[in-house]
Amino acid sequence: MSDFTLSRNSFGRLVLITNDGQQHEGVVAVRAFPIAAPDEGVSLVSTDGHELAWIARLSELPDNEQTLVQDELAQREFVPEVKQLVAVSAFATPSQWRVNTDRGATEFTLRGEEDIRRIGQGELLITDSHGMNYRIPDLFTLDAHSRRLLDRFL
Amino acid sequence: MNLRPALPSLSRFPESFPATWRDGLNTELAPDAVVVAWLEVDLDERLNFSRTCIVLCERELLARRADSAQWEHWPLHDELRLGHFDHAGIGTLELYDLQQRLARWRYTLEQNLAAQRLIKLFESQRLAIATGAPAPIDNNDVCPNCKAPLPPDEDECPICTRVEQTPPSTWTLLRLWRFAKPYQGQLLAGFLLMLGSTAATLVPPYLTIPLMDDILIPFHAGQHIDPAMVGLYLAGLFGAALLSWGLGWAKTYILALASERIAADLRTTTFEHLLQLSLEYFGGKRTGDLMARIGSETDRISVFLSLHLLDFATDVLMIGMTAVILFSINPSLALVTLLPLPLIAWLIHLVRDRLRTGFEKIDRVWGQVTNVLADTIPGIRVVKAFAQESREAKRFRDANQHNLEINDKLNRTWSLFTPTVSLLTEIGLLVVWGFGIWLVSKSQITVGVLTAFLAYIGRFYARLDSMSRIVSVTQKAAAGAKRIFDILDHVSTVPEPTRPIHLENVTGAVELREVGFRYGSRSVIRDLSLQIRPGEMIGLVGHSGSGKSTLVNLICRFYDVTDGSIRIDGVDLRSIPVAEYRRHIGLVLQEPFLFFGSVAENIAYGKPEATREEIVAAARAAHAHEFILRLPQGYDSLVGERGQGLSGGERQRVSIARALLIDPRLLILDEATSAVDTETEKEIQRALDNLVAGRTTIAIAHRLSTLRKADRLVVMDRGLIVEVGGHDDLMAREGHYYRLYQAQQRHAEELLLEGGAL
Ligand SMILES: Nc1ncnc2c1ncn2[C@@H]1O[C@H](COP(=O)(O)OP(=O)(O)O)[C@@H](O)[C@H]1O
Ligand SMILES: [Mg+2]
Repeated sequence: MSDFTLSRNSFGRLVLITNDGQQHEGVVAVRAFPIAAPDEGVSLVSTDGHELAWIARLSELPDNEQTLVQDELAQREFVPEVKQLVAVSAFATPSQWRVNTDRGATEFTLRGEEDIRRIGQGELLITDSHGMNYRIPDLFTLDAHSRRLLDRFL
Repeated sequence: MNLRPALPSLSRFPESFPATWRDGLNTELAPDAVVVAWLEVDLDERLNFSRTCIVLCERELLARRADSAQWEHWPLHDELRLGHFDHAGIGTLELYDLQQRLARWRYTLEQNLAAQRLIKLFESQRLAIATGAPAPIDNNDVCPNCKAPLPPDEDECPICTRVEQTPPSTWTLLRLWRFAKPYQGQLLAGFLLMLGSTAATLVPPYLTIPLMDDILIPFHAGQHIDPAMVGLYLAGLFGAALLSWGLGWAKTYILALASERIAADLRTTTFEHLLQLSLEYFGGKRTGDLMARIGSETDRISVFLSLHLLDFATDVLMIGMTAVILFSINPSLALVTLLPLPLIAWLIHLVRDRLRTGFEKIDRVWGQVTNVLADTIPGIRVVKAFAQESREAKRFRDANQHNLEINDKLNRTWSLFTPTVSLLTEIGLLVVWGFGIWLVSKSQITVGVLTAFLAYIGRFYARLDSMSRIVSVTQKAAAGAKRIFDILDHVSTVPEPTRPIHLENVTGAVELREVGFRYGSRSVIRDLSLQIRPGEMIGLVGHSGSGKSTLVNLICRFYDVTDGSIRIDGVDLRSIPVAEYRRHIGLVLQEPFLFFGSVAENIAYGKPEATREEIVAAARAAHAHEFILRLPQGYDSLVGERGQGLSGGERQRVSIARALLIDPRLLILDEATSAVDTETEKEIQRALDNLVAGRTTIAIAHRLSTLRKADRLVVMDRGLIVEVGGHDDLMAREGHYYRLYQAQQRHAEELLLEGGAL
């Protein structure tokens, strides 16, 4: 059994009640290794930044709480997956990219080639000029056009 | 027929309000309602890219998603609140009342400023409804360019500056004219010389016509050779060669001089401009990048101007003149000769283009290789301490391997290039030969004319290769020029006053009035007011991250406040010339920075004209004199990078001496003693006591005991002042300060206990 219970209040905030009866409103869920091991190590943090609980694995939680945490994480995580590069404004940076992602079509500005980070075999993380991240899970599964465009920046 | 009702006055929408939302909204709004503010967020509830329009009127808030026809309405009332927060690049706007959350909108940070403005206007409308008084008129500045709201007190539009981040265009190079203008005389002279020398190089092929037709061919036909004629022609050839040599030399020299000067001016101007920019600019840039811009980019531009552009201009001139000459000799042969030219040029360009992307790739891979070096060498102590040499070696080997692979790939194309150009040239010559022989057989032209043609085109086919290079070098130079103009175009966010006020004698009274400050969109200091008397010592305490250093940065005017004002002797900092103001400030930081140079030069950094006696006196007062004397060359020992290593405490005392020497009215110590051990701290503390006497002092210290001399302690928490008072007073209050102090005492005791147990 876990030593806390989670619920959501009418303001949409996550409320955590520890076994000794302390109540924390507006709890935030944070992944410790968002890239390397997203499903291991989720921390529940209070609004003033102190850790309240550590979840070693999400699957350890009861189903309803697991959904709550998953929802909360989904609300905060925003790393669209690039499915296709439609066009780039220039091969020199800064360059405006038009892409299709799993969350719809969008545009962003790539400030420099160094903002494309290789994280694994064929996996890329692109940071745009506002600090937002886009992920390419596997470079080699992109279509030929996208790959040709991307190749100019690698 | 479509009978539209008379349009309600158009002015109910702000000018920039997108038309897509306008139509449906017209019928939705009360007839007299006017749009006060609006925001188009770009994400939906599930964080998919999809637009939603939020509209604020005097009496209600409306919203509609792009995929829905329905506008949602929320009438404004006293208990309605609009709040926002952001995390990891997405902002969230929440509408709620006392019972629950009513709506939530998400957006990427691009819209953050507009969102904040919406909240601000929402608040004033809500207050207006609650109190019955009319809402204050929104006087927030908007960017004259794109009509987006400007961040307070900044005249640079964040959106337009982003637009400025467009990829480099070749036209950027034209802006270099500003730097070329002082040298226009030289440039003109260079151009004329170029014209002359190019013309001179075109004489020899022309002389082959009479040499062939008047001398060699008649000789074959049995006539004898006239030595005088031959001598004349040979002299002509030699003269032309000599002339073109002389003119070419003068041209290259003059233009190289001019372009080198243009680049030097560019470099100095850029660096001088860079030094004027605020800390904010430096915070967002990497040192290596700025160094590369000022160093190698200007050099690249200089090479472009003096070499590539020059060559290209010469080539174009040559081709133009050759074409004229060829046409004047024989138009039909000229046409055949010049026809394959565009084709060859296009083919060369095609190959070049592939090569160029390859070379760019190599540039980047090369960057990776150097990055490994740049990481490892400064961190060599860590590498060795953790015995990770082999790992770093592997990293380097991998980067190198990658480099090798890319190079191998490129070399396949590259090795094809030169033979291909030769092949194309040969084919071009072949065409001319064939057509020429045919013309000769028809007696349309003489053998001399054909030889002259062959000589001419041999020359410029050879130049085609170098001409094709111009495209890529121009692009590179344009990119370089753009990166430099990026710096030059940047306006300091700490601007010089237009009507400066000069302070004669500064007493050192500092007043902070409702100061607020944000780093970008993040609010770090809020509504902070404080009055500091001349000569008073203020101790600034608080948890790490509570905004102490930020406050000090504001007082030094490294950044300008976002709200409120800071005054010294009653004068707003923003109306005092920056350099003049800083002369009155002595700053001692946690990490003292020493420039490369002697100890004496470092002490006199803020006052280069200081006498040796003054320097020694400052060093004495800073308790630095004795250790300096122990250095092998005393005050002349070199310090800074590569120089004599000084310990942290020693460096700190040198920097204190530096602050003492300028005799500032306002002294700022930001954790000046945090990085050193207790023994050294005592030493530094004694030095500081000398420094503090009789000056307005603001001291930040991690160890509260260091602040025992402070007249008042100011306790900060999350950007706010939470307590002000003397040590005893604050202890008696048992508030924030009390807790901080207790925590430190406990910590100190624990240390003692551990020490005793050992
Ligand atoms: N250049 C910066 N850009 C963005 N945020 C900053 C910058 N400098 C400091 N901050 C943030 O501002 C807050 C206050 O920082 P600071 O004034 O350095 O705190 P203190 O000196 O009290 O430890 C911190 O949360 C810090 O993360
Ligand atoms: Mg600090």
